[in-house]
Amino acid sequence: MLTYIVRRLLVGLSVMLTVAVVSFMLLHLSGDLATAIAGPESTAADVEKVRVQYGLDRPITLQFADWLGAAVQLDFGRSFYFQNTVMELIGERLPVTLKLGGVALLLAVIVAIPLGVLAAIYRDSWVDRLSLLVAVVGQAMPNFWFALSLILVFSVGLKWLPVAGNTSWQNFVLPAIALGYYAMPSLMRLTRAGMLDVLGSDYIRTARAKGLSPARVVFKHALRNAIIPVMALAAVELGFMLGGSVVIESVYSMQGLGQLAWDSISRNDYPVVQAVVLIIAVFYIGLTFVADVLNAALDPRMRTR
Amino acid sequence: MSSTHLIMSAPLPLPPIPAWRRGLRRSLGHRGLVLGSVILGLIALAALFAPWLAPHDPYAQEVTQRMIPPAWYAKGSWEHLLGTDKLGRDYLSRLLYGARVSLFIGLATALISGLIGTTMGVLAGYYGGRVDAVVSYIITTRLALPVVLVALATAALVGGSLKVVIALLGLLLWDRFAIVTRSATQQLRDAEFIAAAKALGASTPYILLRELLPNLMSALTVVATLEMAHAILLEATLSFLGLGVQPPMPSWGLMVAEGKAYMFFQPWVIVIPGVVLAVLVLGINLVGDGLRDVTAPDGRN
Repeated sequence: MLTYIVRRLLVGLSVMLTVAVVSFMLLHLSGDLATAIAGPESTAADVEKVRVQYGLDRPITLQFADWLGAAVQLDFGRSFYFQNTVMELIGERLPVTLKLGGVALLLAVIVAIPLGVLAAIYRDSWVDRLSLLVAVVGQAMPNFWFALSLILVFSVGLKWLPVAGNTSWQNFVLPAIALGYYAMPSLMRLTRAGMLDVLGSDYIRTARAKGLSPARVVFKHALRNAIIPVMALAAVELGFMLGGSVVIESVYSMQGLGQLAWDSISRNDYPVVQAVVLIIAVFYIGLTFVADVLNAALDPRMRTR
Repeated sequence: MSSTHLIMSAPLPLPPIPAWRRGLRRSLGHRGLVLGSVILGLIALAALFAPWLAPHDPYAQEVTQRMIPPAWYAKGSWEHLLGTDKLGRDYLSRLLYGARVSLFIGLATALISGLIGTTMGVLAGYYGGRVDAVVSYIITTRLALPVVLVALATAALVGGSLKVVIALLGLLLWDRFAIVTRSATQQLRDAEFIAAAKALGASTPYILLRELLPNLMSALTVVATLEMAHAILLEATLSFLGLGVQPPMPSWGLMVAEGKAYMFFQPWVIVIPGVVLAVLVLGINLVGDGLRDVTAPDGRN
């Protein structure tokens, strides 16, 4: 197990490095940064000045080495737009996104697990069909549109919740629903599949034959085994949600990491964009690592892969 | 008497039912697949015949006809069945032309990403060892990249357009193709028909393209439909955020973005394109899920 963990950690670290290379090269090679920073109305002389000022005239490998050397010390340079360092901006915005992602995941899990368990126990009943419908519809709706529709219904129509912002807890309700709804279907389907698998096994039959109450069989014996892969998937989903928060945050004007990235993209503030891409990737890598370890702890066969 | 009865009822050797008819019968028995095919078929027809079906020019602006609600509202008119947008353009016509954009982007992206992902997956699955390690590493790295952010940042630099969206999504959405073909190839690598082809002296490209690939087709079709749906949703997202398809081209995501400022008083401006988008994606997903059920060897009833 320990060698598995060490090996996975090393892979995770090298993936981080590769992501850093890819995101750096992507931003430096897909367009001319100096022209983008100088703005559309600048002269050729202005662009050259910017190029020298930001060190963009140096060889790209050298630029990358400098950036990476600083980045491993958590120094991502200064924002082109604000007076702050990139780290200050991120430190300010990250808590909002983490809170949003955490609440969204919690909501998704609270709905997905009971629904998945019910769907497995009452297989092919209306509960099972309803949960399938919810999952299929959930995967089809564009998330920005679902977010806008929630505003129309709950903020404009029913006037229960605020339209936008991130100052009070009420501000987090709709965005968390909008974000969590996308993680819910896969979590529910996995719970259902896992429960069906476990409920058909011999030890459950034994537990039932011993005369244990159905509730005890389901919750104590079956769910406990079915839930670990679901938790592992939940970790991965949280990683996806942090990446997807850019859309939800922009709809609800929440001042989180996604909104920061989005604003920075439109302001050509590339040090910030680069750092946010890397940080979201690092979270994702960390969370998939947790998921892999959970799965490996459950199933020793996984460790040899 | 009993002996004649036996002879009479002895099963006649029926001609075997051809495979495609068995497949068709199984498909027609799958409600989701039928519903999905009908939805997808109708939208594809609407896209194909948009120039003949559209009552107006989707680009024609009419300042005096701005924000007319759909016909079923009191202020609506039959002239514009689904109303007009903020520039007075006919909503139904834009919706019909928008179907072309969505479907084209979905198909083109699935083609590009399918080509990339399948090549990687087949090579990794067939050769194993170091090739597999490299491909798996690339897949892991790709999964760690936040798609929306990377697409947004790159589109901002290059400038959003139909071509850029297709290129970006094609280069980003190959992961599932690679994962699925890799494991399917691993399972088939040691199959007897591959060994037979090898024994007959077939070249590796021949084995991969003519022996292996046909056996991956059903899995590939399923992934392709699901990725098509994924690409259509992402295009809408990018266009909604202003970095996808550029105005005045009609894109459903862009229509939602353009209607956002009016949604508090005229909710239909975002409801109509959003619902159509969701219905299209639902249709494609139903087809994908249905095909998976129908082609799965153990789901045959």
